[in-house]
Order: sequence, then C-alpha cells, then structure tokens
Amino acid sequence: MNLIAKPSKDNIKTYVPIGLSLVSLSFLDVFVNAFFNLNFTGFLPSQLSYFLPLIIGLIGFYLIRIEFSGVRSLDILNKNINSNNFNALLTLFTIFIIIKSIPPMLDWFILEANFAGNSKDDCTGDGACWVFIKVWFNRFMYGLYPDAEQWRINTAFLILFAVVGVSFFVTEKLKKYFILFLVFVFPFLGIKLISGGSFGLEYVESAAWGGLSLTFIISAFAILFCFPIGVILALGRRSSLPAIKYISIGFIELWRGVPLITVLFMSAVMFPMFLPDGTFIDKLIRVLIAITLFEAAYMAEVVRGGLQALPKGQYEAAKSLGMGYWRMNALIILPQALKLVIPGIANTLLALVKDTPLIFVVGLMELAGMIGLAKTNPKWLGMAMEGYVFAGLVFWVICYAMSRYSQNLEKKLSTER
Amino acid sequence: MILKKFNIENKKARDLIPQAITVLALLSVIIYFATNAQINMGNRGISFGFGFLNQEASFDITFSMIEYDGSHSYGRAFLVGLLNTILVSVIGIFFATIIGVIVGIARLSDNYLIAKVAEWYVEIFRNIPLILQIFFWYFAALRALPLPENGISFYDISFLTIKGWYVPKFIWTNFNIFLLSLIAAFIAIYFINSYATKQREQFGKQIPTTIISLTTLILIPLITFLFLGVSLTFEYPVLKQLSPTVFTYAGGVSIIPELIALALALSMYTATFIAENVRAGILGVGKGQKEAAASIGLNKNQILKLVVMPQALRIIIPPTTNQYLNLTKNSSLAAAIAYPDIVLVFAGTALMQTGRAIEIISITMLTYLTLSISISIFMNWYNKKMAIKEK
Repeated sequence: MNLIAKPSKDNIKTYVPIGLSLVSLSFLDVFVNAFFNLNFTGFLPSQLSYFLPLIIGLIGFYLIRIEFSGVRSLDILNKNINSNNFNALLTLFTIFIIIKSIPPMLDWFILEANFAGNSKDDCTGDGACWVFIKVWFNRFMYGLYPDAEQWRINTAFLILFAVVGVSFFVTEKLKKYFILFLVFVFPFLGIKLISGGSFGLEYVESAAWGGLSLTFIISAFAILFCFPIGVILALGRRSSLPAIKYISIGFIELWRGVPLITVLFMSAVMFPMFLPDGTFIDKLIRVLIAITLFEAAYMAEVVRGGLQALPKGQYEAAKSLGMGYWRMNALIILPQALKLVIPGIANTLLALVKDTPLIFVVGLMELAGMIGLAKTNPKWLGMAMEGYVFAGLVFWVICYAMSRYSQNLEKKLSTER
Repeated sequence: MILKKFNIENKKARDLIPQAITVLALLSVIIYFATNAQINMGNRGISFGFGFLNQEASFDITFSMIEYDGSHSYGRAFLVGLLNTILVSVIGIFFATIIGVIVGIARLSDNYLIAKVAEWYVEIFRNIPLILQIFFWYFAALRALPLPENGISFYDISFLTIKGWYVPKFIWTNFNIFLLSLIAAFIAIYFINSYATKQREQFGKQIPTTIISLTTLILIPLITFLFLGVSLTFEYPVLKQLSPTVFTYAGGVSIIPELIALALALSMYTATFIAENVRAGILGVGKGQKEAAASIGLNKNQILKLVVMPQALRIIIPPTTNQYLNLTKNSSLAAAIAYPDIVLVFAGTALMQTGRAIEIISITMLTYLTLSISISIFMNWYNKKMAIKEK
C-alpha cells in the first residue's frame, strides 16, 4: 500500500533514499559507459539497455518530487531541476549529454593531444596537435612582420596599456590630457613606430602586417574615426535642412543596406578607378576607410536613438539661453544623448571587432587569414581544426570580455537614472 | 552690421548656405570621381555600359538551381548567384528562427540546467566572429566526414559524406495541379478563419479552426492524389563506382558542403540574437497581464497563447526583422568558402573576366539594397498589422 502512494511528506523517509539512489544509479551507468566504455546493463535487450538510465532516472526523480518536504536542499533541487516530469526528462537529457561529451572533448583537447615538438611528425596522438599553434604562434600574432622588429608592435601596445592603466588612477584634471593624448597623439605615434621609415627604424610595409595585432590596429583606428563621423551623420539626419537631412539618410541607408564584404570589394577594385591614374593609396588605408564609413553608418543610427530619446525641453532650454546650433549640440545635447546610448555604442564596437577578419577578401591577413595561410602550408596540412578552434577561443575571449563590460555598463547606467 | 542683419533676419538665406555648400561638395566629389573613372576606363579601352550582361559567360558554376552552363550569359550567371543567395538566406532564416525561439524560451525555463545551457549557447556562438564559424564548419567539421564509399547512411535513403549530403529527389507528375490545390487550401483556410473570427466576435461562438484548417490542408491535396492524377515518387541516391578508388552517388539531389556549412553557421549565429529578442519580448510583457489572465481562469497554455505571445510578438518582431536582414547580408560571406552566391559568382568571377568593376560592384550593391529594402518593407507592413490598434 505504502509503495504505490504518491510521494509526500509522510513517506519521505523511504522514497527519498530510493529515489536518490535510482538517480545516482542512472548517472553512474552513463558515466561508466562514457569514461570506461563499460556497459553494465549489457545483459538486457539492446534497446532497453540504451534507455534504461533515462527510465530509472525518471522514476528516481518522480520519487523525490515531494512538495513542501521541509528539507531545504530537497526543495531547492525540486524547484530548480525537477518541477514536473517534463522538466526531469530535460534535466536527465542535459546531464547525460554533458557526461557523454566530456571524455571525447577531454581526449581531443588534452589527453590525446600533443604539446611538445617542432613539426607535424611530432603529433602522434589522436587528439589536437597544439604543436601547430606553438610553431606558428608568432605568425598568428604578428603576421609576416619581421621577427627582429616585433618589439616595435609590443612596445606600441605596451604604451597603450600603460597609458590606459595609469589614466584610471590619476586625477580628473590630468585624465583629460591622457585622453587627448590617447585620441590625438598616440595613434599616429603608434603607427609611425610600427611602420617605421624614420628615426632609424626600418620601414615595414603594411602588406607584412598581420595576425592578431592587425585586428587590434584596424579596430582601434576604425573606432577612432567612425565615432565622430557617426555623430555628424546622426546630427545631419536630425537636421531641419532638407538637403543635409536627405544626403545623410541616403548615406546611412546605403552603407547599412549592403554587406561589408561588398564594401571591401569596392575599396579594392572599384575605388582605384575613381582616382587619377597612377595614384596609389595603400591597401590598408583603403580598407580602413571602407570599414570606418561602414561602421559610421551603424554608429549614426545608435547616436540618433540617443538624440531622439532626449526630451524637447532640453533643446528649447539651450536655445532660450541664446546658444547656437553647434554650442547647443556640443554642450547640452550630445553629452546627454551619448550617455544614453553607451551600451549601443559598445555593441557597435563589438560588431566592428567581429567584422575585422573579413579583410581577408582584399588580401590582408589578420588572425583568421593567417590560419588560412598556415593550414595550406604543405608541411602542416590537416590542421584546420586546431587553427580555427584557437582563433575562435582568442576572439571569444576578446568579444566576451567586451560584451560583459558593456552589460555591466548598461546595468550601472540604468540604476543611475 | 550687414552680417548681423543677414544672420538674424534672413533665415532663409542662412539655411540655404550650409545646404548649398554640402550639395556642391558632394557634387564636386562625384564629378571628380566620374571624370577620373572615365579617363581610367578610356585608358583601358573599356566603356561604361551594361551590354556585357548579354555576353557569353564561359565559366561554370558548381551549384545552380536553374539551368546554367558556360554558354549562358553573364546576366544568367547573375541570376544563378542571386538565387543561391536567396536560397541560403531562406534556409538560414528558417532554422535561425526555430533555434532562436527554442533557445529564447529555454533561457526563461524554470529548469536551472536548461536555462544555463541556453545561456552558454548564446554566449559562445554570439561572441565568435561569423566568418570563423563558417571556416570551422567548412574546413574543420565537414572535412572530417567519411568518403562516399562509407558515407553515413540514414536508413539507406540519404547519405552524408565529405562531398555533400545526398538526399532523395522528388519526382512529381502533374505538380502544377498539386500546387494549385495547395493554394486553394490556403485560400479556403483564410476564409474559414475570417468567418470564425466574425462568428466569435459577433455571436461569441467558438469554431475549432485549428482542426478544420488542418483537415482542409490535408484533404484538398489528398484529393488531387486520388482523383486528379498527381503522383510522387522518389529517386534515391545510389553508390556508383567511377574508378577503382573513386566513388560517388548517382541520382537524388546533392546538397554541397558549402551550402551546409554556410546555412549551419548563419542559422546558429543569428539564432543567438533572435533568442535574445524572444527572451526580451517575453520578459517585456507585464506581470499584471499574466496575473489578470490567470484571474479570469485561463490555464497556463491559454495564457501563453492568448495573452503573452500576442503582446510579446510586438516587441520581438522589429529587432528580429533586423536580424533577418543581417543574415541576408551575412550570407555574402559565402565568398570565403566558395559557395557560388552573388558575391562570388558576380563580384568575383565575372568581375575578374570582364574587368568592369564599376558596373558589377554597383549591380551587386543595388541588389543587396533592394533585398534589404524589400524585406524591411514587408516586415514594416507585418509590424503595422500586429501593432496595437488604439481606440
């Protein structure tokens, strides 16, 4: 009689131990099967043996589903993963899939992988060949930049990080100068350091730049230039002057309506046709112009959102103080509007970073492009998986950090209002 | 004094000057570019024009939905590329929507594990550049598939191999009649639904529209099969030996790995954004709405179907439209893995052969602009239809 009773507080003493042991048994079955390739239910018909963990797991979860049991941990467990039969099924599925996928992943990434050595022949295991990443690491970071000159890229980025780091700790008044330095002086100083050609530094042409450092260089410059252009376009779109308004709308919608890849194609093959014969603009600069204009259109739409969100009273108050158009926008409107859309700006910048690998279409090779080059090297064929997993991890870390930062910013700003 | 007068009183002139300067600047840039282009093209002995579209293309395309070979024109090649772009976009949108809705709802599940898994799905696939995902699927994952002779078989009617996915081909007789019957069924369902709505609103009568619609949808096409001579047979792919070591499949339809990789990457990447939209939409419906619905005695499913979803859709649709547009534009990354979409076929191969950079890039960009604008017009119309009709 007691056995078929619905699980309740009265029979908690018998049901919970039975249920918990059934659940652990089902996990154990899958675990042993996944890690040691043993099947201790093999004596059963194959289909029953396959579904057995699911069945005993479900029965176990049913037995421990006791409402208001009075045991805190049991209540929390039931509420979160075991609120009804369907939920219990989903829970079991998820856990089984996770347990099942751990051993092959572990094997490929670590246990069967090769770390030591200098050539493909050193990769004897079934897992990943991390030797590939190790040997090519310099190329992945710096592209075809000469080994002896790589300290210049390192120095440029070290200065950048140092200045940004220090600017967090100095007073407000000094901070202004730091930001001015970062925006107006450093980019050109940095580019001079990397490209060389004067001060006794050897000239390195931009075709040799590449790898992850090129991703950073392009992102940094595009961010720097697309922001002011975007703000001007947004103001233009909100302008009361029809010619300016419609030119801005046309410009924004043109860039937003086409994929970046066609814009890059345009910069590579169509743009040279528009310049006087014999004029040569460096490929990197053309790409930079293309990406900047493209992202500026997106930036403009984000900024416009902020401008539209400001109450009319702000404009009227500024005008009643006798401010002109530019003073009103620079001192009253933009500071408030930009603050409103900081998360949107951060998202646009994130999209920009994710778009940089596309520059491979014009022959510039940042991280993804360098991996494409390395995997077609006759000595390293068949390393696509390692290469793209590595690149994916690197980009993921960068983009995840950026998106977390922007989410935090969003939270912080929304509580302030 | 004159300046002051000019500044304050003559507002019209004051407005005119910046506009005139902008327009003049724009015009001079355009004229400058146009003259340069003319000189450059003159030097290379080509003249501006779209006549080349009728010339013989003389290059092959690996995957085409319409009849095409090298003897067709550049115009035809453009059409092939455009159709391939549309094909991968439609497939991508279809799967992205399904995955996105499931993941979005899963993120709000009371099951902690499911919610966490969905959250990590979003965090992982959203933060890896799409092009890397395409490369991963194409160069790493799909290359690990077996050769045709030991392809993964699905009940012997469909085979997954390194050279693509071979599926049965549908062979119809009298397909037109079947298509017409489907259209007729949809029109009938439309009228049934509007009649049912009228009955409900005027007399409070409930008509089980779902069941009636489903029956109509099955019954009318079934009649064509039984009486009007429509029939459907399948042509299954069969392993064929070309040489002692080379095998392939004959018959059936081959879905090329480029298409699979591209569709997979596009839908999994875009699904993360759609999932976030769905989640935001459902969270955006006020708690009071659910409580009010519960208090008039609706059950959980009814609340979701009749109260939460209609309101959530209004929040979900506009940003999701944007994602559909993005997916369509992102499908241009096809060029990276040689899927013959419009960028690869037209802005790539055709441009290399003809050297007509200006015409070809303009046509390509205009095509994308038209695609974007038509999707956004359609979605705006749909959005207006779904919007709250305030009294």
